[in-house]
Amino acid sequence: MDNKLEKIVQALQKDFDVTFEEFRGEAHVFVQPEQIVEVITSLRDVHEFELLSALTAVDYWPQQEPRFHVIYQLTSLAKNLSIQVRVPVAATRPVVPTVTGVFASANWREREAWDMFGIHFDGHPDPRRILMPADWEGHPLRKDYPLGYEEPQFTFNFDEIDLRKPYAKE
Amino acid sequence: MVQLQEVTVDDLKHLVSGRAIEGETMLLNMGPQHPATHGVLRLLLELDGEIVVNCIPDIGFLHTGIEKNMEAKTYQKAEVMTDRLDYLNTVGNNLAYCMAVEKLVDLDVPPRAQAIRVILTELQRLASHLVWIGTHALDLAAMSMFMYAFREREIILDILELVSGQRMMTTYIRPGGVWRDVPVEFEAAVRDFIKIFPKRIDEYEALLTKNPLLLDRLLGVGVLTKEKALSYGVTGPILRATGVDWDLRKKRPYMGYEQYDFIVPTRTEGDNYARYLVRVQEMRESLKIVEQALNKLPMGPVRSDNRKFVPPPRSEIGTSMEALIHHFKLWTEGFEAPKASVYSAVESPRGELGVFLEGDGGPKPYRIHMRTPSFENVGAIPEMAKGHLVADLIAIIGSIDFVLGDIDR
Repeated sequence: MDNKLEKIVQALQKDFDVTFEEFRGEAHVFVQPEQIVEVITSLRDVHEFELLSALTAVDYWPQQEPRFHVIYQLTSLAKNLSIQVRVPVAATRPVVPTVTGVFASANWREREAWDMFGIHFDGHPDPRRILMPADWEGHPLRKDYPLGYEEPQFTFNFDEIDLRKPYAKE
Repeated sequence: MVQLQEVTVDDLKHLVSGRAIEGETMLLNMGPQHPATHGVLRLLLELDGEIVVNCIPDIGFLHTGIEKNMEAKTYQKAEVMTDRLDYLNTVGNNLAYCMAVEKLVDLDVPPRAQAIRVILTELQRLASHLVWIGTHALDLAAMSMFMYAFREREIILDILELVSGQRMMTTYIRPGGVWRDVPVEFEAAVRDFIKIFPKRIDEYEALLTKNPLLLDRLLGVGVLTKEKALSYGVTGPILRATGVDWDLRKKRPYMGYEQYDFIVPTRTEGDNYARYLVRVQEMRESLKIVEQALNKLPMGPVRSDNRKFVPPPRSEIGTSMEALIHHFKLWTEGFEAPKASVYSAVESPRGELGVFLEGDGGPKPYRIHMRTPSFENVGAIPEMAKGHLVADLIAIIGSIDFVLGDIDR
Protein backbone atom coordinates (compact mmCIF):
# COMPACT_ATOMS: atom_id res chain seq x y z
CA MET A 1 0.00 0.00 0.00
CA ASP A 2 1.07 3.54 -0.70
CA ASN A 3 3.11 5.25 2.06
CA LYS A 4 1.00 8.39 1.97
CA LEU A 5 -2.17 6.34 2.32
CA GLU A 6 -0.69 4.44 5.25
CA LYS A 7 0.06 7.71 7.04
CA ILE A 8 -3.52 8.87 6.54
CA VAL A 9 -4.87 5.61 7.93
CA GLN A 10 -2.55 5.92 10.95
CA ALA A 11 -3.70 9.49 11.52
CA LEU A 12 -7.31 8.32 11.39
CA GLN A 13 -6.59 5.53 13.85
CA LYS A 14 -5.10 8.08 16.23
CA ASP A 15 -8.07 10.48 16.05
CA PHE A 16 -10.95 8.02 15.78
CA ASP A 17 -11.92 4.54 16.80
CA VAL A 18 -11.35 2.86 13.45
CA THR A 19 -10.11 -0.51 12.27
CA PHE A 20 -8.46 -1.12 8.95
CA GLU A 21 -8.15 -3.79 6.25
CA GLU A 22 -6.15 -3.95 3.06
CA PHE A 23 -6.89 -5.73 -0.21
CA ARG A 24 -4.97 -5.32 -3.50
CA GLY A 25 -3.52 -2.01 -2.36
CA GLU A 26 -6.89 -0.55 -1.38
CA ALA A 27 -7.42 0.76 2.15
CA HIS A 28 -10.75 -0.13 3.76
CA VAL A 29 -11.39 1.74 6.99
CA PHE A 30 -14.17 0.59 9.31
CA VAL A 31 -15.96 3.32 11.26
CA GLN A 32 -18.88 3.20 13.68
CA PRO A 33 -22.03 5.05 12.49
CA GLU A 34 -21.79 7.69 15.25
CA GLN A 35 -18.40 8.86 13.99
CA ILE A 36 -18.99 8.82 10.25
CA VAL A 37 -19.69 12.53 9.78
CA GLU A 38 -16.56 13.50 11.72
CA VAL A 39 -14.40 10.99 9.84
CA ILE A 40 -15.67 12.12 6.43
CA THR A 41 -15.26 15.78 7.39
CA SER A 42 -11.74 15.13 8.61
CA LEU A 43 -10.89 13.22 5.44
CA ARG A 44 -12.14 16.14 3.34
CA ASP A 45 -10.67 19.03 5.31
CA VAL A 46 -7.47 17.60 6.82
CA HIS A 47 -6.47 14.90 4.34
CA GLU A 48 -7.71 16.60 1.15
CA PHE A 49 -10.15 13.97 -0.11
CA GLU A 50 -12.23 16.44 -2.13
CA LEU A 51 -14.38 14.01 -4.07
CA LEU A 52 -16.94 11.51 -2.79
CA SER A 53 -16.65 9.09 -5.69
CA ALA A 54 -19.22 6.55 -4.60
CA LEU A 55 -21.64 5.92 -1.80
CA THR A 56 -23.35 2.58 -1.72
CA ALA A 57 -24.19 -0.34 0.55
CA VAL A 58 -23.85 -4.11 0.78
CA ASP A 59 -26.39 -6.43 2.39
CA TYR A 60 -24.95 -9.41 4.31
CA TRP A 61 -28.32 -11.00 5.10
CA PRO A 62 -28.96 -13.42 6.89
CA GLN A 63 -26.18 -12.02 9.07
CA GLN A 64 -27.83 -9.55 11.46
CA GLU A 65 -24.99 -7.84 13.33
CA PRO A 66 -24.02 -6.07 11.20
CA ARG A 67 -26.42 -6.71 8.35
CA PHE A 68 -25.30 -3.86 6.08
CA HIS A 69 -22.11 -2.05 5.28
CA VAL A 70 -22.49 1.48 3.98
CA ILE A 71 -19.55 2.24 1.74
CA TYR A 72 -18.01 5.64 1.08
CA GLN A 73 -15.37 5.78 -1.63
CA LEU A 74 -13.34 8.97 -1.41
CA THR A 75 -10.82 10.33 -3.88
CA SER A 76 -8.09 12.86 -3.28
CA LEU A 77 -7.30 14.85 -6.40
CA ALA A 78 -4.42 16.69 -4.74
CA LYS A 79 -2.64 13.53 -3.56
CA ASN A 80 -4.05 11.12 -6.17
CA LEU A 81 -5.22 8.62 -3.54
CA SER A 82 -8.37 6.67 -2.83
CA ILE A 83 -9.73 5.44 0.45
CA GLN A 84 -12.79 3.42 1.29
CA VAL A 85 -14.75 3.99 4.50
CA ARG A 86 -17.13 1.27 5.61
CA VAL A 87 -19.84 1.69 8.22
CA PRO A 88 -21.38 -1.49 9.67
CA VAL A 89 -25.12 -1.12 10.26
CA ALA A 90 -27.27 -3.44 12.38
CA ALA A 91 -30.47 -4.97 10.99
CA THR A 92 -32.49 -3.88 14.02
CA ARG A 93 -31.64 -0.23 13.64
CA PRO A 94 -30.48 0.62 10.10
CA VAL A 95 -29.72 4.28 10.70
CA VAL A 96 -26.63 6.23 9.66
CA PRO A 97 -26.14 10.01 10.03
CA THR A 98 -26.21 11.78 6.69
CA VAL A 99 -23.06 13.26 5.14
CA THR A 100 -25.05 15.57 2.85
CA GLY A 101 -23.62 18.52 4.76
CA VAL A 102 -20.10 17.48 3.80
CA PHE A 103 -20.62 16.42 0.18
CA ALA A 104 -23.59 17.57 -1.88
CA SER A 105 -23.34 14.43 -4.03
CA ALA A 106 -24.26 12.34 -0.98
CA ASN A 107 -27.82 13.66 -1.30
CA TRP A 108 -28.79 11.48 -4.28
CA ARG A 109 -26.52 8.58 -3.41
CA GLU A 110 -28.03 8.34 0.09
CA ARG A 111 -31.50 8.46 -1.42
CA GLU A 112 -30.43 5.59 -3.64
CA ALA A 113 -29.13 3.60 -0.66
CA TRP A 114 -32.42 4.22 1.16
CA ASP A 115 -34.40 3.21 -1.90
CA MET A 116 -32.43 0.05 -2.60
CA PHE A 117 -31.50 -1.11 0.91
CA GLY A 118 -33.84 0.63 3.31
CA ILE A 119 -31.07 2.28 5.27
CA HIS A 120 -32.20 5.53 6.91
CA PHE A 121 -29.92 8.49 6.68
CA ASP A 122 -30.61 10.56 9.74
CA GLY A 123 -30.99 14.26 8.97
CA HIS A 124 -31.26 13.82 5.21
CA PRO A 125 -32.91 16.91 3.67
CA ASP A 126 -34.93 15.01 1.04
CA PRO A 127 -35.57 11.41 2.13
CA ARG A 128 -37.66 10.26 -0.85
CA ARG A 129 -37.17 7.23 -3.06
CA ILE A 130 -35.11 8.03 -6.12
CA LEU A 131 -35.18 5.14 -8.61
CA MET A 132 -38.28 3.13 -7.64
CA PRO A 133 -41.80 4.62 -7.76
CA ALA A 134 -42.87 6.51 -4.64
CA ASP A 135 -45.42 3.83 -3.69
CA TRP A 136 -43.06 0.88 -4.08
CA GLU A 137 -42.99 -1.65 -1.27
CA GLY A 138 -39.69 -3.17 -0.18
CA HIS A 139 -36.09 -2.43 -1.03
CA PRO A 140 -34.94 -4.31 -4.15
CA LEU A 141 -31.23 -4.76 -3.52
CA ARG A 142 -31.75 -6.43 -0.15
CA LYS A 143 -30.73 -10.07 -0.29
CA ASP A 144 -34.10 -11.24 1.08
CA TYR A 145 -35.91 -9.45 -1.77
CA PRO A 146 -36.57 -11.98 -4.52
CA LEU A 147 -35.46 -11.43 -8.09
CA GLY A 148 -38.79 -11.46 -9.91
CA TYR A 149 -39.49 -13.54 -12.98
CA GLU A 150 -42.47 -14.43 -15.10
CA GLU A 151 -44.03 -17.85 -14.53
CA PRO A 152 -43.99 -19.94 -17.71
CA GLN A 153 -47.47 -20.98 -18.76
CA PHE A 154 -48.11 -24.47 -20.14
CA THR A 155 -51.32 -25.89 -21.58
CA PHE A 156 -52.29 -27.62 -18.35
CA ASN A 157 -51.85 -24.59 -16.06
CA PHE A 158 -52.36 -21.69 -18.45
CA ASP A 159 -55.55 -20.34 -16.88
CA GLU A 160 -54.42 -20.87 -13.32
CA ILE A 161 -51.25 -18.80 -13.85
CA ASP A 162 -53.10 -16.29 -16.01
CA LEU A 163 -55.34 -15.40 -13.07
CA ARG A 164 -52.31 -14.35 -11.03
CA LYS A 165 -50.69 -12.31 -13.78
CA PRO A 166 -50.75 -8.58 -13.19
CA TYR A 167 -51.82 -7.13 -16.53
CA ALA A 168 -54.96 -5.32 -17.64
CA LYS A 169 -57.77 -7.80 -18.22
CA GLU A 170 -61.15 -6.98 -19.64
CA MET B 1 -56.99 -3.04 -8.17
CA VAL B 2 -53.67 -1.33 -7.47
CA GLN B 3 -53.97 1.95 -5.63
CA LEU B 4 -51.89 4.61 -7.31
CA GLN B 5 -50.19 6.99 -4.95
CA GLU B 6 -50.10 10.53 -6.23
CA VAL B 7 -47.15 12.76 -5.42
CA THR B 8 -48.54 16.09 -4.30
CA VAL B 9 -46.95 19.49 -3.91
CA ASP B 10 -47.01 18.81 -0.17
CA ASP B 11 -44.44 16.04 -0.64
CA LEU B 12 -42.14 18.44 -2.43
CA LYS B 13 -42.67 21.40 -0.11
CA HIS B 14 -39.12 21.22 1.22
CA LEU B 15 -37.68 21.53 -2.28
CA VAL B 16 -39.49 24.58 -3.62
CA SER B 17 -39.52 28.14 -2.32
CA GLY B 18 -42.34 29.49 -0.19
CA ARG B 19 -43.56 31.53 -3.14
CA ALA B 20 -44.55 28.37 -4.99
CA ILE B 21 -46.89 27.35 -2.18
CA GLU B 22 -48.55 30.77 -2.24
CA GLY B 23 -48.93 30.51 -6.00
CA GLU B 24 -46.64 33.43 -6.88
CA THR B 25 -44.32 31.22 -8.92
CA MET B 26 -45.40 28.47 -11.25
CA LEU B 27 -44.54 24.77 -11.02
CA LEU B 28 -44.06 23.34 -14.48
CA ASN B 29 -43.32 19.80 -15.51
CA MET B 30 -40.67 19.29 -18.18
CA GLY B 31 -40.44 15.74 -19.46
CA PRO B 32 -40.20 12.81 -19.23
CA GLN B 33 -41.23 12.79 -22.89
CA HIS B 34 -39.66 16.11 -23.76
CA PRO B 35 -37.37 15.82 -26.81
CA ALA B 36 -34.71 18.04 -25.29
CA THR B 37 -34.22 16.04 -22.13
CA HIS B 38 -32.28 13.34 -24.00
CA GLY B 39 -34.13 10.35 -22.69
CA VAL B 40 -36.66 9.98 -19.96
CA LEU B 41 -35.60 12.63 -17.49
CA ARG B 42 -38.32 14.60 -15.79
CA LEU B 43 -37.58 18.04 -14.42
CA LEU B 44 -39.99 19.80 -12.14
CA LEU B 45 -39.36 23.50 -12.62
CA GLU B 46 -40.35 26.33 -10.36
CA LEU B 47 -40.60 29.33 -12.63
CA ASP B 48 -40.81 33.04 -12.00
CA GLY B 49 -41.90 34.11 -15.47
CA GLU B 50 -39.19 32.65 -17.68
CA ILE B 51 -36.59 32.40 -14.89
CA VAL B 52 -35.85 29.05 -13.26
CA VAL B 53 -36.09 29.48 -9.47
CA ASN B 54 -35.77 25.82 -8.59
CA CYS B 55 -35.23 22.69 -10.60
CA ILE B 56 -36.03 19.25 -9.21
CA PRO B 57 -34.83 16.37 -11.39
CA ASP B 58 -36.84 13.17 -11.18
CA ILE B 59 -35.05 10.05 -12.36
CA GLY B 60 -35.70 6.32 -12.33
CA PHE B 61 -37.92 5.90 -15.40
CA LEU B 62 -35.33 3.62 -16.97
CA HIS B 63 -34.50 1.68 -13.83
CA THR B 64 -34.15 -1.97 -14.85
CA GLY B 65 -32.46 -3.42 -11.79
CA ILE B 66 -29.19 -4.17 -13.55
CA GLU B 67 -27.23 -4.38 -10.29
CA LYS B 68 -29.72 -6.89 -8.87
CA ASN B 69 -29.72 -8.94 -12.07
CA MET B 70 -25.94 -9.12 -12.15
CA GLU B 71 -25.92 -10.67 -8.69
CA ALA B 72 -27.81 -13.65 -10.11
CA LYS B 73 -25.37 -14.32 -12.97
CA THR B 74 -21.81 -15.60 -13.10
CA TYR B 75 -18.97 -13.14 -13.64
CA GLN B 76 -18.80 -13.90 -17.38
CA LYS B 77 -22.54 -13.78 -17.96
CA ALA B 78 -23.07 -10.60 -15.94
CA GLU B 79 -20.91 -8.72 -18.41
CA VAL B 80 -23.64 -8.41 -21.06
CA MET B 81 -25.62 -6.25 -18.66
CA THR B 82 -22.85 -3.65 -18.49
CA ASP B 83 -23.41 -2.80 -22.17
CA ARG B 84 -26.94 -1.78 -21.34
CA LEU B 85 -25.95 0.83 -18.76
CA ASP B 86 -24.51 3.64 -20.78
CA TYR B 87 -25.50 2.64 -24.28
CA LEU B 88 -23.26 5.28 -25.87
CA ASN B 89 -20.16 3.96 -24.15
CA THR B 90 -20.63 0.19 -24.28
CA VAL B 91 -16.99 -0.72 -24.80
CA GLY B 92 -15.98 1.55 -21.92
CA ASN B 93 -18.50 -0.14 -19.62
CA ASN B 94 -17.14 -3.56 -20.54
CA LEU B 95 -13.65 -2.28 -19.83
CA ALA B 96 -14.61 -0.91 -16.40
CA TYR B 97 -16.32 -4.15 -15.44
CA CYS B 98 -13.54 -6.40 -16.74
CA MET B 99 -10.90 -4.33 -14.97
CA ALA B 100 -12.78 -4.75 -11.69
CA VAL B 101 -13.04 -8.52 -12.20
CA GLU B 102 -9.37 -8.69 -13.15
CA LYS B 103 -8.43 -6.76 -10.03
CA LEU B 104 -10.60 -8.97 -7.82
CA VAL B 105 -9.16 -12.26 -9.08
CA ASP B 106 -5.71 -10.86 -9.92
CA LEU B 107 -5.73 -11.66 -13.62
CA ASP B 108 -3.21 -10.42 -16.19
CA VAL B 109 -4.04 -8.88 -19.58
CA PRO B 110 -1.60 -9.37 -22.50
CA PRO B 111 -0.15 -6.18 -24.08
CA ARG B 112 -1.90 -6.71 -27.43
CA ALA B 113 -5.27 -6.97 -25.71
CA GLN B 114 -4.50 -3.81 -23.74
CA ALA B 115 -3.72 -1.88 -26.92
CA ILE B 116 -6.88 -3.17 -28.64
CA ARG B 117 -8.91 -2.15 -25.61
CA VAL B 118 -7.43 1.35 -25.75
CA ILE B 119 -8.16 1.73 -29.48
CA LEU B 120 -11.75 0.61 -29.12
CA THR B 121 -12.55 2.63 -26.00
CA GLU B 122 -11.10 5.75 -27.60
CA LEU B 123 -13.13 5.14 -30.77
CA GLN B 124 -16.16 4.69 -28.56
CA ARG B 125 -15.35 7.94 -26.79
CA LEU B 126 -15.33 9.64 -30.19
CA ALA B 127 -18.67 8.03 -31.07
CA SER B 128 -20.13 9.20 -27.76
CA HIS B 129 -18.83 12.75 -28.21
CA LEU B 130 -20.28 12.71 -31.74
CA VAL B 131 -23.72 11.92 -30.36
CA TRP B 132 -23.22 14.72 -27.86
CA ILE B 133 -22.14 17.32 -30.42
CA GLY B 134 -24.95 16.29 -32.77
CA THR B 135 -27.77 16.36 -30.24
CA HIS B 136 -26.42 19.40 -28.43
CA ALA B 137 -26.31 21.37 -31.67
CA LEU B 138 -29.73 20.00 -32.64
CA ASP B 139 -31.18 21.34 -29.39
CA LEU B 140 -29.70 24.71 -30.29
CA ALA B 141 -31.31 24.56 -33.76
CA ALA B 142 -28.26 23.54 -35.82
CA MET B 143 -29.98 20.61 -37.42
CA SER B 144 -27.42 19.70 -40.09
CA MET B 145 -24.78 19.16 -37.39
CA PHE B 146 -26.79 16.20 -36.17
CA MET B 147 -26.64 14.57 -39.60
CA TYR B 148 -22.89 15.14 -39.93
CA ALA B 149 -22.13 13.75 -36.48
CA PHE B 150 -24.20 10.62 -37.00
CA ARG B 151 -22.59 10.09 -40.41
CA GLU B 152 -19.17 9.85 -38.73
CA ARG B 153 -20.48 7.86 -35.79
CA GLU B 154 -21.69 5.22 -38.22
CA ILE B 155 -18.09 4.68 -39.41
CA ILE B 156 -17.05 3.96 -35.83
CA LEU B 157 -19.98 1.63 -35.26
CA ASP B 158 -18.98 -0.20 -38.45
CA ILE B 159 -15.52 -0.72 -36.97
CA LEU B 160 -17.08 -2.06 -33.78
CA GLU B 161 -19.23 -4.39 -35.86
CA LEU B 162 -16.13 -5.52 -37.72
CA VAL B 163 -14.37 -6.65 -34.55
CA SER B 164 -17.28 -7.87 -32.46
CA GLY B 165 -20.21 -8.54 -34.79
CA GLN B 166 -22.33 -5.93 -33.02
CA ARG B 167 -22.68 -2.22 -33.61
CA MET B 168 -23.48 -1.22 -30.07
CA MET B 169 -23.77 -4.01 -27.48
CA THR B 170 -20.38 -5.44 -28.25
CA THR B 171 -19.29 -7.33 -25.09
CA TYR B 172 -16.00 -7.59 -26.95
CA ILE B 173 -13.74 -6.95 -23.98
CA ARG B 174 -13.71 -9.99 -21.70
CA PRO B 175 -12.05 -10.65 -18.33
CA GLY B 176 -8.42 -11.42 -19.15
CA GLY B 177 -8.34 -9.88 -22.61
CA VAL B 178 -10.72 -9.54 -25.52
CA TRP B 179 -13.08 -12.00 -27.18
CA ARG B 180 -10.84 -12.74 -30.19
CA ASP B 181 -8.15 -11.03 -32.20
CA VAL B 182 -9.13 -8.18 -34.49
CA PRO B 183 -9.70 -9.15 -38.14
CA VAL B 184 -7.12 -8.22 -40.80
CA GLU B 185 -9.35 -5.44 -42.17
CA PHE B 186 -9.33 -3.69 -38.80
CA GLU B 187 -6.13 -1.69 -39.21
CA ALA B 188 -7.08 -0.30 -42.64
CA ALA B 189 -10.56 0.61 -41.41
CA VAL B 190 -9.21 2.54 -38.42
CA ARG B 191 -6.51 4.22 -40.54
CA ASP B 192 -9.16 5.39 -43.02
CA PHE B 193 -11.11 6.88 -40.17
CA ILE B 194 -8.06 8.59 -38.66
CA LYS B 195 -7.34 10.09 -42.06
CA ILE B 196 -10.74 11.67 -42.66
CA PHE B 197 -11.80 12.55 -39.13
CA PRO B 198 -9.49 15.53 -38.29
CA LYS B 199 -10.90 17.38 -41.30
CA ARG B 200 -14.42 16.59 -40.15
CA ILE B 201 -13.68 18.03 -36.68
CA ASP B 202 -12.43 21.17 -38.44
CA GLU B 203 -15.72 21.29 -40.30
CA TYR B 204 -17.73 20.98 -37.09
CA GLU B 205 -15.68 23.73 -35.53
CA ALA B 206 -16.10 25.96 -38.57
CA LEU B 207 -19.83 25.44 -38.24
CA LEU B 208 -20.16 25.86 -34.49
CA THR B 209 -17.23 27.25 -32.52
CA LYS B 210 -17.50 30.90 -33.58
CA ASN B 211 -21.18 30.77 -34.51
CA PRO B 212 -22.85 33.79 -32.87
CA LEU B 213 -26.18 31.96 -32.49
CA LEU B 214 -24.43 29.24 -30.54
CA LEU B 215 -22.26 31.60 -28.50
CA ASP B 216 -25.43 33.37 -27.34
CA ARG B 217 -26.70 30.15 -25.85
CA LEU B 218 -23.42 28.85 -24.43
CA LEU B 219 -21.21 31.70 -23.24
CA GLY B 220 -21.62 32.37 -19.54
CA VAL B 221 -24.61 30.02 -19.22
CA GLY B 222 -24.74 27.21 -16.65
CA VAL B 223 -21.62 28.19 -14.76
CA LEU B 224 -20.40 25.64 -12.24
CA THR B 225 -17.55 26.62 -9.96
CA LYS B 226 -14.72 24.27 -9.13
CA GLU B 227 -15.77 23.93 -5.48
CA LYS B 228 -19.40 23.20 -6.35
CA ALA B 229 -18.37 20.70 -9.01
CA LEU B 230 -16.26 18.74 -6.54
CA SER B 231 -18.92 18.85 -3.87
CA TYR B 232 -21.51 17.50 -6.32
CA GLY B 233 -19.11 14.75 -7.34
CA VAL B 234 -19.10 15.95 -10.94
CA THR B 235 -16.34 14.37 -13.04
CA GLY B 236 -15.23 14.19 -16.65
CA PRO B 237 -15.35 17.05 -19.14
CA ILE B 238 -17.63 19.08 -16.86
CA LEU B 239 -15.06 19.00 -14.05
CA ARG B 240 -12.22 19.72 -16.46
CA ALA B 241 -14.15 22.73 -17.80
CA THR B 242 -14.02 24.20 -14.28
CA GLY B 243 -10.22 24.16 -14.26
CA VAL B 244 -9.52 20.86 -12.49
CA ASP B 245 -6.94 18.81 -14.33
CA TRP B 246 -8.32 15.37 -13.46
CA ASP B 247 -8.37 12.57 -15.98
CA LEU B 248 -7.98 9.00 -14.75
CA ARG B 249 -6.24 8.04 -17.99
CA LYS B 250 -3.46 10.46 -17.08
CA LYS B 251 -3.53 10.35 -13.27
CA ARG B 252 -3.98 6.63 -12.75
CA PRO B 253 -2.97 5.11 -16.07
CA TYR B 254 -4.57 1.77 -16.86
CA MET B 255 -4.28 -0.44 -19.95
CA GLY B 256 -0.96 1.21 -20.83
CA TYR B 257 -2.26 4.77 -21.24
CA GLU B 258 1.08 5.97 -19.83
CA GLN B 259 2.78 5.04 -23.14
CA TYR B 260 0.65 7.40 -25.17
CA ASP B 261 1.33 11.06 -25.63
CA PHE B 262 -1.81 13.15 -25.20
CA ILE B 263 -2.89 16.21 -23.27
CA VAL B 264 -5.88 16.64 -21.01
CA PRO B 265 -7.74 19.73 -22.19
CA THR B 266 -8.99 21.99 -19.41
CA ARG B 267 -10.77 25.34 -19.27
CA THR B 268 -11.41 27.57 -16.30
CA GLU B 269 -14.76 29.21 -17.11
CA GLY B 270 -16.98 26.29 -16.12
CA ASP B 271 -19.81 27.36 -18.44
CA ASN B 272 -21.49 25.59 -21.37
CA TYR B 273 -18.97 26.97 -23.82
CA ALA B 274 -16.01 25.72 -21.79
CA ARG B 275 -17.56 22.26 -21.73
CA TYR B 276 -18.06 22.44 -25.48
CA LEU B 277 -14.43 23.40 -26.09
CA VAL B 278 -13.11 20.71 -23.74
CA ARG B 279 -15.06 17.97 -25.49
CA VAL B 280 -14.09 19.09 -29.00
CA GLN B 281 -10.44 19.17 -27.94
CA GLU B 282 -10.85 15.74 -26.34
CA MET B 283 -11.95 14.33 -29.68
CA ARG B 284 -8.68 15.45 -31.22
CA GLU B 285 -6.69 13.95 -28.34
CA SER B 286 -8.57 10.63 -28.56
CA LEU B 287 -7.68 10.47 -32.22
CA LYS B 288 -4.00 10.94 -31.30
CA ILE B 289 -4.23 8.05 -28.83
CA VAL B 290 -5.89 5.77 -31.39
CA GLU B 291 -3.18 6.52 -33.93
CA GLN B 292 -0.32 5.88 -31.47
CA ALA B 293 -1.89 2.69 -30.18
CA LEU B 294 -2.38 1.45 -33.72
CA ASN B 295 1.22 2.23 -34.65
CA LYS B 296 2.53 0.43 -31.59
CA LEU B 297 0.04 -2.45 -31.65
CA PRO B 298 2.16 -5.35 -30.38
CA MET B 299 1.80 -8.89 -31.65
CA GLY B 300 0.98 -11.76 -29.35
CA PRO B 301 -1.99 -13.35 -27.61
CA VAL B 302 -5.17 -11.36 -26.94
CA ARG B 303 -6.24 -13.36 -23.89
CA SER B 304 -4.54 -14.31 -20.69
CA ASP B 305 -3.42 -17.96 -20.59
CA ASN B 306 -4.56 -18.33 -17.00
CA ARG B 307 -6.97 -21.18 -17.72
CA LYS B 308 -8.63 -20.94 -14.31
CA PHE B 309 -10.35 -17.72 -15.43
CA VAL B 310 -10.11 -17.52 -19.21
CA PRO B 311 -11.57 -20.22 -21.50
CA PRO B 312 -9.01 -21.97 -23.73
CA PRO B 313 -9.02 -21.29 -27.50
CA ARG B 314 -11.17 -23.57 -29.65
CA SER B 315 -8.11 -25.12 -31.29
CA GLU B 316 -6.95 -26.58 -27.96
CA ILE B 317 -10.27 -28.12 -27.03
CA GLY B 318 -10.07 -30.70 -29.79
CA THR B 319 -6.73 -32.05 -28.68
CA SER B 320 -6.35 -31.40 -24.97
CA MET B 321 -8.49 -33.09 -22.32
CA GLU B 322 -7.45 -30.47 -19.77
CA ALA B 323 -8.58 -27.65 -22.05
CA LEU B 324 -11.94 -29.35 -22.53
CA ILE B 325 -12.41 -29.63 -18.76
CA HIS B 326 -11.51 -25.96 -18.28
CA HIS B 327 -13.88 -24.93 -21.05
CA PHE B 328 -16.70 -27.00 -19.56
CA LYS B 329 -16.16 -25.78 -16.01
CA LEU B 330 -15.82 -22.12 -16.98
CA TRP B 331 -19.04 -22.09 -19.00
CA THR B 332 -21.13 -24.12 -16.58
CA GLU B 333 -19.92 -23.13 -13.12
CA GLY B 334 -17.88 -20.03 -13.88
CA PHE B 335 -14.80 -19.09 -11.91
CA GLU B 336 -14.59 -18.34 -8.23
CA ALA B 337 -13.54 -14.96 -6.92
CA PRO B 338 -12.22 -14.30 -3.41
CA LYS B 339 -14.40 -13.02 -0.58
CA ALA B 340 -13.25 -9.43 -0.81
CA SER B 341 -14.15 -6.18 -2.49
CA VAL B 342 -12.44 -3.89 -4.98
CA TYR B 343 -13.19 -0.52 -6.49
CA SER B 344 -11.81 0.22 -9.89
CA ALA B 345 -12.52 3.23 -12.06
CA VAL B 346 -11.96 4.26 -15.66
CA GLU B 347 -12.46 7.54 -17.48
CA SER B 348 -15.64 7.24 -19.50
CA PRO B 349 -16.71 10.01 -21.93
CA ARG B 350 -18.85 11.35 -19.11
CA GLY B 351 -16.44 11.06 -16.20
CA GLU B 352 -15.35 8.58 -13.59
CA LEU B 353 -17.03 5.24 -14.25
CA GLY B 354 -16.32 3.22 -11.14
CA VAL B 355 -17.19 -0.39 -10.42
CA PHE B 356 -17.49 -1.55 -6.85
CA LEU B 357 -17.32 -5.32 -6.92
CA GLU B 358 -17.58 -7.65 -3.98
CA GLY B 359 -17.11 -11.41 -4.23
CA ASP B 360 -18.20 -14.04 -1.73
CA GLY B 361 -15.92 -16.90 -2.76
CA GLY B 362 -18.45 -18.21 -5.28
CA PRO B 363 -18.86 -17.77 -9.05
CA LYS B 364 -21.34 -14.89 -8.84
CA PRO B 365 -20.73 -11.30 -7.79
CA TYR B 366 -22.11 -10.82 -4.28
CA ARG B 367 -22.64 -7.12 -4.86
CA ILE B 368 -21.84 -4.95 -7.80
CA HIS B 369 -22.35 -1.23 -7.84
CA MET B 370 -21.74 0.88 -10.88
CA ARG B 371 -20.68 4.39 -9.95
CA THR B 372 -21.98 5.99 -13.10
CA PRO B 373 -20.83 9.52 -13.88
CA SER B 374 -24.16 10.74 -15.30
CA PHE B 375 -25.86 10.23 -11.94
CA GLU B 376 -23.65 12.78 -10.22
CA ASN B 377 -23.57 15.09 -13.23
CA VAL B 378 -27.35 15.30 -13.42
CA GLY B 379 -27.46 15.89 -9.66
CA ALA B 380 -25.69 19.17 -10.36
CA ILE B 381 -28.31 20.45 -12.86
CA PRO B 382 -30.26 22.42 -10.19
CA GLU B 383 -27.03 24.18 -9.24
CA MET B 384 -26.32 25.16 -12.85
CA ALA B 385 -29.89 26.03 -13.84
CA LYS B 386 -30.85 28.42 -11.04
CA GLY B 387 -31.43 31.95 -12.28
CA HIS B 388 -31.33 31.05 -15.96
CA LEU B 389 -34.09 31.10 -18.58
CA VAL B 390 -35.99 27.93 -19.47
CA ALA B 391 -34.40 28.09 -22.92
CA ASP B 392 -30.95 28.12 -21.29
CA LEU B 393 -31.86 25.01 -19.35
CA ILE B 394 -32.06 23.16 -22.69
CA ALA B 395 -28.54 24.28 -23.49
CA ILE B 396 -27.33 23.21 -20.04
CA ILE B 397 -28.90 19.76 -20.35
CA GLY B 398 -27.27 19.34 -23.74
CA SER B 399 -23.87 20.38 -22.46
CA ILE B 400 -23.97 17.90 -19.56
CA ASP B 401 -24.20 14.98 -21.99
CA PHE B 402 -25.85 12.43 -19.75
CA VAL B 403 -27.32 9.08 -20.66
CA LEU B 404 -30.39 8.00 -18.75
CA GLY B 405 -29.47 4.33 -18.94
CA ASP B 406 -26.31 5.30 -17.11
CA ILE B 407 -28.24 7.10 -14.38
CA ASP B 408 -31.09 4.70 -13.70
CA ARG B 409 -29.30 1.39 -14.27
